[in-house]
Amino acid sequence: MTTNASTMEFKQAGEVESPDTVANHAFGFWIYLMSDLVLFSTIFATYAVLSHNYAGGPTGKDLFDLKYTFVETMFLLFSSATCGMAMLAMRDGKKGMVMGWLVVTFVLGLGFISMEINEFYHMIRQGAGPDRSAFLSAFFTLVGTHGAHVSFGLLWMAVMMVQVMVKGLTTPAQSRLFRLSMFWHFLDIVWIGVFTVVYLMGVM
Amino acid sequence: MSHESIESVGASRGSYKSYIAGFILAIVLTIISFGLVMSGSLPHWGVVAGIFTAAIAQMLVHLHYFLHLDTSSAAYWNLMALIYTALIIGIFVGGSIWIMYSLYHRMM
Amino acid sequence: MFGRLSLSVIPFNDPIVMGAVGGATLIGLAILFLITYYRKWPYLWKEWLTSVDHKKIGVMYIILALIMLLRGFSDAIMMRSQQALAAGGAQGYLPPDHFNQVFSAHGTIMIIFMAMPFLVGLMNIVVPQQIGARDVAFPFLNSVSLWLTIAGALLVMTSLAVGEFSKAGWSGYAPLTELQYSPGSGVDYWMWAFQIAGIGSLLSAINFLVTIIKMRAPGMTFMRMPIFVWAILFTLVLMIFAFPVLTAALAMLTLDRYLGMHFFTNALGGNMMMYVNLFWMWGHPEVYIVVLPAFGVYSEVVATFSGKRLFAYKSLVYATAAIMVLSFTVWVHHFFTMGAGPKVNAVFGVATMMIAIPTGVKVFNWLFTMYRGRVRFTSPMYWTLGFIVTFVIGGMTGVLLASPPADYVLHNSLFLIAHFHNMLIPGALFGYLAGYAYWFPKVFGFRLNEEWGKRSFWCWIIGFYLAFMPLYVLGVMGMPRRMQHYAETAWQPWLIIAAGGTAVIMLGIFFQGIQLLVSIRDRNANRDLSGDPWNGRTLEWSTSSPPAVYNFARIPVVHDIDAFADMKEKGAAYQRPDRYQDILMPQNTPIGFIIGVLTFLCGFALVWYIWWLAILTAVAIIVLVIARAADDDTEYTIPAAEVERIENERYRRLASVAPQEEIEEQLTPEPLPQV
Repeated sequence: MTTNASTMEFKQAGEVESPDTVANHAFGFWIYLMSDLVLFSTIFATYAVLSHNYAGGPTGKDLFDLKYTFVETMFLLFSSATCGMAMLAMRDGKKGMVMGWLVVTFVLGLGFISMEINEFYHMIRQGAGPDRSAFLSAFFTLVGTHGAHVSFGLLWMAVMMVQVMVKGLTTPAQSRLFRLSMFWHFLDIVWIGVFTVVYLMGVM
Repeated sequence: MSHESIESVGASRGSYKSYIAGFILAIVLTIISFGLVMSGSLPHWGVVAGIFTAAIAQMLVHLHYFLHLDTSSAAYWNLMALIYTALIIGIFVGGSIWIMYSLYHRMM
Repeated sequence: MFGRLSLSVIPFNDPIVMGAVGGATLIGLAILFLITYYRKWPYLWKEWLTSVDHKKIGVMYIILALIMLLRGFSDAIMMRSQQALAAGGAQGYLPPDHFNQVFSAHGTIMIIFMAMPFLVGLMNIVVPQQIGARDVAFPFLNSVSLWLTIAGALLVMTSLAVGEFSKAGWSGYAPLTELQYSPGSGVDYWMWAFQIAGIGSLLSAINFLVTIIKMRAPGMTFMRMPIFVWAILFTLVLMIFAFPVLTAALAMLTLDRYLGMHFFTNALGGNMMMYVNLFWMWGHPEVYIVVLPAFGVYSEVVATFSGKRLFAYKSLVYATAAIMVLSFTVWVHHFFTMGAGPKVNAVFGVATMMIAIPTGVKVFNWLFTMYRGRVRFTSPMYWTLGFIVTFVIGGMTGVLLASPPADYVLHNSLFLIAHFHNMLIPGALFGYLAGYAYWFPKVFGFRLNEEWGKRSFWCWIIGFYLAFMPLYVLGVMGMPRRMQHYAETAWQPWLIIAAGGTAVIMLGIFFQGIQLLVSIRDRNANRDLSGDPWNGRTLEWSTSSPPAVYNFARIPVVHDIDAFADMKEKGAAYQRPDRYQDILMPQNTPIGFIIGVLTFLCGFALVWYIWWLAILTAVAIIVLVIARAADDDTEYTIPAAEVERIENERYRRLASVAPQEEIEEQLTPEPLPQV
């Protein structure tokens, strides 16, 4: 069997030899999101185990206000949609629209976080803080971890808005925005789990 | 410069129609969930089944309409990773609940 | 200002600790002095501390692992000597307080700061080269992972001098680790070191998973990857799914200790057993994380030194995949006695027994690879053969323990200790040491001294049997683990033998030190000029030793399993390409190192409740990450002319030695087996 060794062993001159960093970054970030899902599921499992350990203290029924939770949910869901709009604008190369939609997404996300902080504050004020019982520890940790992720997302969003403003829609910036949007959508998915398992189940 | 492209990762997949469709579906499913609980119209187990079904459905809506997850070759590894993650989560969460309830019943 | 830190937390009244601290400080100062004297700080900074080169990062990981091996082993010496002495009414020399810290540190160090860095180090050095890539997917993240791991190790080392270490075992069960029962700094050191190292490991896992899936050379389909890469791939999946569980569990314990929450406390509804459940949900995959790379090394070594393709490659892949999947389903066997019902225990017991089967398949594959091969008995092969024989014993005791009724008798006895050390030492550690010997020439350009390597192996294996076989006997005799002293004098003779075994292992470690010194002294005589000292089969042997920073001047195209052996068979190895191209490589950066320093300070601040420092360092880390993200100029180009110059030098050296001659010269000739 004769083979042309020189063509066999090496890629043809001119073929790309550098890795597709954008695709790699996106895939790596997806894998990180998978690990984050496992992190959340561990906290969910712990919440499930501790969800009735009220230690004589307040229960979900006593504390949760579903109308309030519904409004919070809408804030986050709307922000997911506006994030999607930002991505479409990015695909079309419209820097101004991207900035606009990001600002709206940021404000909606901030609304969500404000409502959550407010809820936590009032619960702590009335003696239903995370140190009151195992149920409350699990509640504050599960909801709080989600909220912490959202807050990091907001910080990231702010940084990206500055980057886009200063440098424009460069390829690295677009790559990062894409990862941010994946993150943001994932947080909404986790929230579906949270409002179902914690709030809806909690008041029943 | 290496060939970096946003196209390859699907940022350009999706359209206004699909985002809006997903958004509406998500709102409807949320309203169904909250409605089931707040109205109390079904017996307890019915409500639980309903809200969990709605939750799973909404997660799938987000995954497909917002995260462009489908069975195409571009999304293959993402899909595989997600399915495996779901399996692991099932084992971990289901297993933990089973084990801890077994402990509870034997020891409390 | 300093939280709960004060001068009184330094254990001035404990002579053993102060001796250790004094010794470590002296050695540290000596090293710093030598670096300064030889004016090596710029070199160290530019070439190593700021490096994002996977090969250098791998070396640094392994240096960490070897240092921590010494520290963890000194804990072992202390435990064995204490137990050899403290029989009947005798108290030995280690007070209980101290003894408890020693066994906790021993486990934590050996698993998290010796085994993990060792395997991540080998992964770093070898995987990109074996898949024909120039670097990992995320070189900067690679550097961050390394420095996070080192930060964690530094926290453990600091606990010796400042404060104390945890007394609650390496597994840190609640409620002993809760504030009520362990108010001191010990558990906090353990918790933060573990957490920080865990995050480093998770980031590495993501990095290498993307690397393997996305950056293989053209033609290298999954079923043409070296078996070591498969083993690593499965290890990475285990890491990605297991470590988040640990992160969450430790975070919840942290919240209990720092914010008064009640996840695992006695009071107010906490569930202590949930901690155990979560810890082992991580802990079981962890032990497979630790052993699978070693299996990968054995596969490479057996194939190379039998001069044959690995037997039944596909079944090896599937067997390892089965181990990976099953390892997520067996964790309850670590707490059969905690009180779950028989259904739970039975299901997990059966799953545990099943996991022995694929491992058995692998053992047979290795044996069949050697059968009818031209086996060369080099030191890596010694480690491998020692493993195969000894590991099987441990595997069988594992199947024994997998039966819940048997485990009820043997749980937390020395039988268990013997079993898992039987897995970890011949299983994992021998594999790492084989990998160390096997790939050393690739990294440093000269081979390790074979005689001292073999002497070291004999000490390790004889020492292992002496140290751990008595423990099986003691377990069946009823001796529990972690005993600082004991009444039953019938146990003492066995413990004395075990202590003797530890001394023999110590000799083995000493010989490894000599091996390194002798090898460095003789490096010119043992130069690996061709890059292929063993007549290897996989792509890493096609590069120079050490490789150029870019590994491959032109990315090779792969056509079969054992890509390099395939190229050699077809006469296509070492072909000079018609021309070279510019190569894009990532720039070095100090940010990974600085993040490591800041993380260490943050962890230290959290341990001692120095809140302002914790917040400051945490914010600084975030700022650095944002600054790094703002930097779009993180690569540099190696011009084609420079690549050509490096490659011409490589070919010049190759031409000076014909590979076949070099092999025959440098290896001890073994008589061919009689057919």
